[in-house]
Amino acid sequence: MTDAPTTRPGLSELDRPNSYIGRAVPRPNLKRLMQGRGQYVSDMSLPRMAHVVFLRSPYAHARILGIDSAEAAAMPGVIAIVTGPELAKVCTPWVGVLSHLKGLKSAPQYPIAVDRACWQGEAVAAIVATSRAAAEDAAERVMVDYEELEPVADMRTALDAATPVIHPELGDNLAFERNLDAGAVDAAFAEADHVVEAEFVFGRHTGVTLEPRSILADWNPGDERLTVYQGTQAPHMMQNIFAKHLALDESQVRVVCKDVGGSFGIKVHVYADDMATAALSKLLRRPVKFVADRLESFNTDIHARDHRCKGRAAVKADGTITAFEIDDLTGIGPYSVYPRTSAIEANQVVNLVGGPYTTPNYRARARVVFQNKNVTCQYRAVGHPIACSVTEGLVDLAAAAIGMDPADIRRRNLIADDAYPCASPSGLRFEALSHHAALDKLLAMMDYSALRAEQAALRAKGIHRGIGLASFIEVTNPSPAFYGVGGARISSQDGVAVRMDATGAIICQTSITEQGQGSEALTAQIVASMLGVPMSRVRVTLGDTDNTPYGGGTWASRGAGIGGEAALQAGKQLRRNILAAAASILQADPDTLDIRDGKIIDAATGAERVPLEELARIVYYRPDTLPPGFQAEMMAVRHFVPRDFPFAFTNGIQASWLEVDTETGFITLLNHWVVEDCGTIINPQLVDEQIRGGVVQGLGAALFEHCRYDERGQLTNATMADYLVPMAAEMPDIDVGHIVSPTKDGELGAKGAGEAGTAGAAACVANAVNDALSPFGARITEIPLTPELILTALGRI
Amino acid sequence: MKAAAFNYARAASVDEAVQMLVRGGGGAKLLAGGQSLLPALNLRLMSLDLLVDITGIAALRGIRVEGGTLKIGAMTRHADLLTSPEIAAHAPLLAKAIAHVAHPAIRNRGTIGGNLAHADPASELPACMLALGATLVIQGPSGQRRVQAADFFLGLYQTALAPDEILIAIELPALASGERAFFHEYARRMGDYAIVGLAAQGKPAGDRIDALRLVYFGVGERAGSCPAAARILQQRHSPAILAEAQAALAADLQPQNDHQASAAMRLHLARTLLARCVNELLGRAEASA
Ligand SMILES: Cc1cc2nc3c(=O)[nH]c(=O)nc-3n(C[C@H](O)[C@H](O)[C@H](O)COP(=O)(O)OP(=O)(O)OC[C@H]3O[C@@H](n4cnc5c(N)ncnc54)[C@H](O)[C@@H]3O)c2cc1C
Repeated sequence: MTDAPTTRPGLSELDRPNSYIGRAVPRPNLKRLMQGRGQYVSDMSLPRMAHVVFLRSPYAHARILGIDSAEAAAMPGVIAIVTGPELAKVCTPWVGVLSHLKGLKSAPQYPIAVDRACWQGEAVAAIVATSRAAAEDAAERVMVDYEELEPVADMRTALDAATPVIHPELGDNLAFERNLDAGAVDAAFAEADHVVEAEFVFGRHTGVTLEPRSILADWNPGDERLTVYQGTQAPHMMQNIFAKHLALDESQVRVVCKDVGGSFGIKVHVYADDMATAALSKLLRRPVKFVADRLESFNTDIHARDHRCKGRAAVKADGTITAFEIDDLTGIGPYSVYPRTSAIEANQVVNLVGGPYTTPNYRARARVVFQNKNVTCQYRAVGHPIACSVTEGLVDLAAAAIGMDPADIRRRNLIADDAYPCASPSGLRFEALSHHAALDKLLAMMDYSALRAEQAALRAKGIHRGIGLASFIEVTNPSPAFYGVGGARISSQDGVAVRMDATGAIICQTSITEQGQGSEALTAQIVASMLGVPMSRVRVTLGDTDNTPYGGGTWASRGAGIGGEAALQAGKQLRRNILAAAASILQADPDTLDIRDGKIIDAATGAERVPLEELARIVYYRPDTLPPGFQAEMMAVRHFVPRDFPFAFTNGIQASWLEVDTETGFITLLNHWVVEDCGTIINPQLVDEQIRGGVVQGLGAALFEHCRYDERGQLTNATMADYLVPMAAEMPDIDVGHIVSPTKDGELGAKGAGEAGTAGAAACVANAVNDALSPFGARITEIPLTPELILTALGRI
Repeated sequence: MKAAAFNYARAASVDEAVQMLVRGGGGAKLLAGGQSLLPALNLRLMSLDLLVDITGIAALRGIRVEGGTLKIGAMTRHADLLTSPEIAAHAPLLAKAIAHVAHPAIRNRGTIGGNLAHADPASELPACMLALGATLVIQGPSGQRRVQAADFFLGLYQTALAPDEILIAIELPALASGERAFFHEYARRMGDYAIVGLAAQGKPAGDRIDALRLVYFGVGERAGSCPAAARILQQRHSPAILAEAQAALAADLQPQNDHQASAAMRLHLARTLLARCVNELLGRAEASA
């Protein structure tokens, strides 16, 4: 573990030419994207392409008695109107369960509802036409006869005997339950000096990608292949799923993923709309395109959170927290989402509560229930914001109960920096974390004691500011323990192929994908560094199942750690191959040679021996001049999956400084600090961007974002005017600091950084608000923290 | 979200636009900045037969001062109001308000005429028109007529405009000496429509405020004047008078419940705004909580 250096005295390995690891080099794709020359699926057009619009159920729960599409089918431009039963003949249903989530159950889901719609927004018919506008015109004329059924809207009563069971064949509305009991919880509570408790409520929200979900499926009956252009995080997973449900061999499916306008986890799931679009292409034997509009994004993109979690903690007078106990309830909609399932978030909550602390006694129950709302599934920082808010909220309550400063109680209980490797009561294995170093650095960055003094001085003037802290751990670089062990065909390994072409150009294919994180940049940085060539010489291809190695893609903060390690190993191997060829040409010992700035040099003297262009020329055009028996291999492929630990945990801590206007209930965010430890930093600018972006999404959840359903299961705010995403004007400065504890699972040492910001942001804002409100004896454990909630807690309305 | 098909015509003059509206019957609508109309069409909340584009009519743009009157063409864009020295000098209330209307991209297209004709109850501008005592100049098939702001805004998205009439200009009395303006709103995010806002203008005189016009927006079905509260505040300022005026808002306003805020919260915020307004107009330090 080292404190990330801010300045480096003298020369270091970074000062070598072509050392890009650790440098804030610009992303190679920046110019293209900034010039508006990206290639998004939304922009694509193919000959004979048709557009599909889905007619969606206006009811949360309704039986489909009949669909009359005669008038609509006769409208100009209409190619076909297809219902659920018709499409079910082309595409088989799926069930979103995994065998390692014991007892998880769900019902078969079809691309289009067959006889019953189970949430408002579920597709009941597909209208395929020559343009989206023509399809929308026709959709208005399709008559559906519904019988409205009683919806299950409130997760709190979903398991009551009086509540209808959404899928009667499943017996009840309980999708999944997990119980955990570690240590001696009852004894710890009995022996506690104080027991604190609260119910934490987390609103439903969603990812709101700038580019909505989009897919263009092209079944070519000539070569019997389906090419799917899709904004997805996991092309190989989708290849498998399209093949499986459309009765094709995997080799008959190619998934191409070009530029993607944001994903955040939204685009790693199987959507009925996407399956329907592919099935329609097969049925109609022509390209079919679907781009979700904003309304249907809100109604059909996966939602997340929507938890109610009761928590208790036992604390001793000296500040030692001896036990945590939680009871979590979450509503996931009518189906567990395929193939990753909708039980993962609750499962993560159970895994992660108490994670940063030494507290040995822990009991947890999580229940996951069905309801007639849009489905929920994995979204940035899956489960973490809930676990973190519950844990950190309880830690602050414990501190208040014994009159201890929030920073001190954390120092008292955080796992010591020299205690690794170790494991949590829930069985998480930690390789090397740096909670104390992170805490110390954070307190220094924010000048904690000066801020406390300022807070006290302002409070005397009636200005109510709060400071909130939140330590967190973060799951990154998952091994097969996440999905593979449960039977999902989701690869946890990644592959990178690197080759040198005849001009010395470096071509690299990677199975990780890019949706803005910088996968392309970090791959080029690593490969160029390993080879010793300028980064501009490296071209990276991603997102094409025909043209990249097989792998998982980009999700769960895995791209840099896993795909980056594969790139490093592939680069190293190609370097060895190049040096072997050079040695053979130069009649030298390969160990005496090196590659620097695109040239073979003498390692000892730095004298230039031969440029890579010349080497490539000889290898490709005059191999006859090479010694007999020598075959140059100018391409290397390496794959990687972490083997030592099931996950590479990262850690960090965040702080919020904010002001609450106690007259109006409005919150002004004044500053935000993050110190995180993602191991080796490949590109500091990309990491900081990821942290800041993640924090902003966490702040959105804390203050603004909320999918508001009424008691009939109707989403009432499905527009960008009514669903409030965080915007620049309300965002504070976000200062980011780093501690570096590289993972030894691999040579690169990088862990994930994409979700850390989201993990802790809401928790520290909630703690800061409660800190600000402490003179009033008001406490709020619900997000989003609206002015209305605050005024209500203050008794002003 | 694609609009249903419609016909499109570009009018070269106000007269021509009126003729097009007359010919179009109820199925024709004017296109100004399009910032409210086009989203409604795309969301298929409405459909129409004919869109009459008036963006090319130069006579409808511009800001002039004539005598004590500020004349604003209906097609003057929010962005022009924001930077106009005439507005800043003679209608500071409007200058303050316009900065709260949406975001730069929308202000670059949205027009004052389109905004007032749209009559969104949460919009800043109708409230300013009431607080400033604006006159709206309207042209229709039978010529021009002038309507006081108080008679123009009739309800939720409802105005005194007939389907074949065009709002062509707005006339505002220039700020008189001694008059001061107050503008503030509470919105969850900068640029959002307000949960509650207050546009006010009056003549502070010692510790009284004369000729006070208080107009709330975001509360109720249209911008709401508060004559009862304003009358009370003509008395010498005291905490009791302020409290009385705040209490009177309950009679002046009809706050609604929606997912932005409950009625109780709106009334609470309206009262908070009133205190801030009185303190600012009287030049007093803001009372602390
Ligand atoms: C994201 C967003 C945020 C916004 N936030 C705010 C805000 O905070 N505050 C606010 O006040 N507004 C806000 N607006 C609305 C914006 O101010 C609009 O520009 C305005 O309401 C309508 O003006 P327009 O020129 O765009 O009119 P259009 O959209 O072109 O027309 C609106 C209506 O008025 C009619 N019309 C237009 N001109 C005339 C005329 N001269 N005579 C008669 N009828 C006419 C049209 O036929 C149409 O029915 C927002 C808009 C957006 C998209």
